[in-house]
Amino acid sequence: MNKEILIRYDRCTGCRSCELACAVAHSASKTLFGALSEKKPPRKRIFVHQVGSKKVPLNCRHCAEAPCIDACIAGAMHRTAEGVVTNEDGEQPCTGCWMCVMVCPYGVIRSELAEKIALKCDRNCLDGSGTPACVRACPTGALVYGAVDSFAADRRQEFLSKALL
Amino acid sequence: MLSRDRAVQQMLDIARQQNVETVWDRLADQLPQCGFGELGLCCRHCTQGPCRISPFADGPQRGVCGATADTMVARGLVRAIAAGAAAHAGHAKHLAHALHKWARGTAPDYAVRDEAKLRAVAARQGIDGAELSTRELAEKVAHSAFSQFAEGDGPMAWARATLTAGRMQALEKLGALPAGIESSIAEMLHRTHIGVDADPVNLLAGGISCAVADYTGCHIGTDLADILFGTPAPVVSEANLGALKPEAVNIALHGHNPVLSEVLVRVAAEMQSEAQAAGAQGINLVGICCTGNEVLMRHGVPPLTHSISQEMPILTGALDAMVVDYQCVYPSIVEVSRCYGTKVITTMGMAKIAGATHIELKEEEAAEKARQIIREAITAFQARRGRPVNIPPVKSKVVAGFSVEAILAALAKLNAADPLKPLLDNIVSGNIQGVVLFAGCNNVKVPQDHNYLVMAEELLRRDVLLLATGCGAGAYARHGLLDPAATERYAGAGLKAVLSAIGQANGLDGPLPPVLHMGSCVDNSRAVDLAVAIASKLGVDTDKLPVAASAPEFKTEKAVAIGTWAVACGLPVHLGLVPPVLGSALVTSLLTAGIKDLLGGYFIVETDPQQAAEKLYAAIQERRRGLGLETRPW
Repeated sequence: MNKEILIRYDRCTGCRSCELACAVAHSASKTLFGALSEKKPPRKRIFVHQVGSKKVPLNCRHCAEAPCIDACIAGAMHRTAEGVVTNEDGEQPCTGCWMCVMVCPYGVIRSELAEKIALKCDRNCLDGSGTPACVRACPTGALVYGAVDSFAADRRQEFLSKALL
Repeated sequence: MLSRDRAVQQMLDIARQQNVETVWDRLADQLPQCGFGELGLCCRHCTQGPCRISPFADGPQRGVCGATADTMVARGLVRAIAAGAAAHAGHAKHLAHALHKWARGTAPDYAVRDEAKLRAVAARQGIDGAELSTRELAEKVAHSAFSQFAEGDGPMAWARATLTAGRMQALEKLGALPAGIESSIAEMLHRTHIGVDADPVNLLAGGISCAVADYTGCHIGTDLADILFGTPAPVVSEANLGALKPEAVNIALHGHNPVLSEVLVRVAAEMQSEAQAAGAQGINLVGICCTGNEVLMRHGVPPLTHSISQEMPILTGALDAMVVDYQCVYPSIVEVSRCYGTKVITTMGMAKIAGATHIELKEEEAAEKARQIIREAITAFQARRGRPVNIPPVKSKVVAGFSVEAILAALAKLNAADPLKPLLDNIVSGNIQGVVLFAGCNNVKVPQDHNYLVMAEELLRRDVLLLATGCGAGAYARHGLLDPAATERYAGAGLKAVLSAIGQANGLDGPLPPVLHMGSCVDNSRAVDLAVAIASKLGVDTDKLPVAASAPEFKTEKAVAIGTWAVACGLPVHLGLVPPVLGSALVTSLLTAGIKDLLGGYFIVETDPQQAAEKLYAAIQERRRGLGLETRPW
């Protein structure tokens, strides 16, 4: 079963470490200190927002029914064999028409204006253990990389423990 | 590899077997560490924050108050310098109080053990002591020291008396002469408060000024410790955990200040029979960190270990008490001691650890407190008798005690009329290419001692004379580089000849060790004294000398302060870890380049020890070229 980046909202402290790690993972040097001196500043694809007192990281959900794929006029956005929704290495290059940005319900696709392409979570950040950079960077375990059903099972267990014990 | 030290490696095996958490486990638990903090881009100076600035231009570029990355990074750095200066100032003031109390007759357990130094310091500070008794003069010197802390009439007398006139002018031009040690620290806290100094260049100038205040504090600390406890002279001892004795009452002296440990050394000698009556072979005093350096330098007390490995001696099961004063004392030692019965005894009212036994040092009754502490250790020894111990059979021979006075005395055997001349002649001839001072700590992010060892081997081979202080000196002690035999093994032909000639002239059986242990980290001022003497003799300022400094495994805010005043003294200063300044390109470039035009000194940040050695060597060659001396390629 494909793994997804899932969020335990109650654990986010808003430290933005995931944002920094995401950007660094998409830099040429892959190191924080190295990325600082690169000509092209690396861009993050995960976003920490605050709503009221809640702090929330949000990134592409790689939706099963992905509106961005349907809306992509250029033919760039597609789903890989691993289930990753991406506009990189598609049939056609991204043209920066922003259709995907407009249809994404979560607003997690952004622009790279210099190159006129859309940027989004592409999972090109996995380490040797196959874990994404944002998940590795999260100090509180708010970001979890796992199968959806196993996450759900943990949630049930958590709920039942609280309700019944 | 976590540590290059074989004794530490053996204790880490035990820690794993016995499931004891160490500093290395806690670093692993902390990873990944926050990138904003690593870059200096996090500000917590007011409650509108914490603010973070994005290093990648696609996030906030200013804090809530409008502070830019440059402002934020400069503020953070300056606060670290102020904290380091505060630590040294506290240490120095503590010694001034001890001297003052002795002079007033209220601290009878102390004495002036180096009257010549008292009179020399007094004369240097312009105090006419000809007609004064030791006590009267000690009181005047203590008052002179006290006067350096508050706001004075101008550049502090202690700095002016010990730095070159050229340095004072360069610092004055930069507006970097503090009015007083504590007033400078307070000013830096004021300037980094929200809504005060937002100009990164001005903040850095303030930081340099505060670092000069720190230098003054360090110098007072060293001067007064020498006056009270004696100026170090060469002493032979040994280092590492193998210095523990299973059948003795083992007491480790840990921290930084000799005010208590000196009394403990004396009292322990008087209490040997009490320990023997309790079934021990005697009392075995050992050192950790810079308190260890202090008592090694003056009494040959063997240093056990340093900095990040301070938990290891407890794991031997043979340490009966760890007596701590302050600075670099990890609170974790209390947790580890619970498993092994070691008594952790805190002694300073401002530095307690929950769970430790607190026996407060009062200078007025220092010997009585020391006896109480040793009795606690004897009790702990009785409780551990019969239990197995794990003392790794690892130790190295150490020759330490190289104060400037001791170095000059050794050189005087070659040329009594002009002791510095042999040193200068050999620098000019190239037998000694230059001098590098290794200072600073261990840092758990670097395999312990690795950077020190790689750099020393590379530089010694190329005839660079090495000085060391603090945990740097500790690393060399534990790895055998303070053993004269190491000169044979590591030093280049030129350096070997010089060290052998000095050894022979002093009636030693061999050369001096290739690294000269100058004392604790507060004693870095000793190296400045040596540099100033050489510069004055050559008729140049200290920023022209083929002298550099390195803190290859630095950790503390004190190290940041020391590194900054070493730059202010005109030295190239290597850092083996990246300080939290990269978030500001402006601050980074000022520290590594721009400052060179103003003060001659500058920072070299290089995490690879091999590369770092090459860069320091290149810096030395650049200085040699500047002096018209012959240069030598890497």
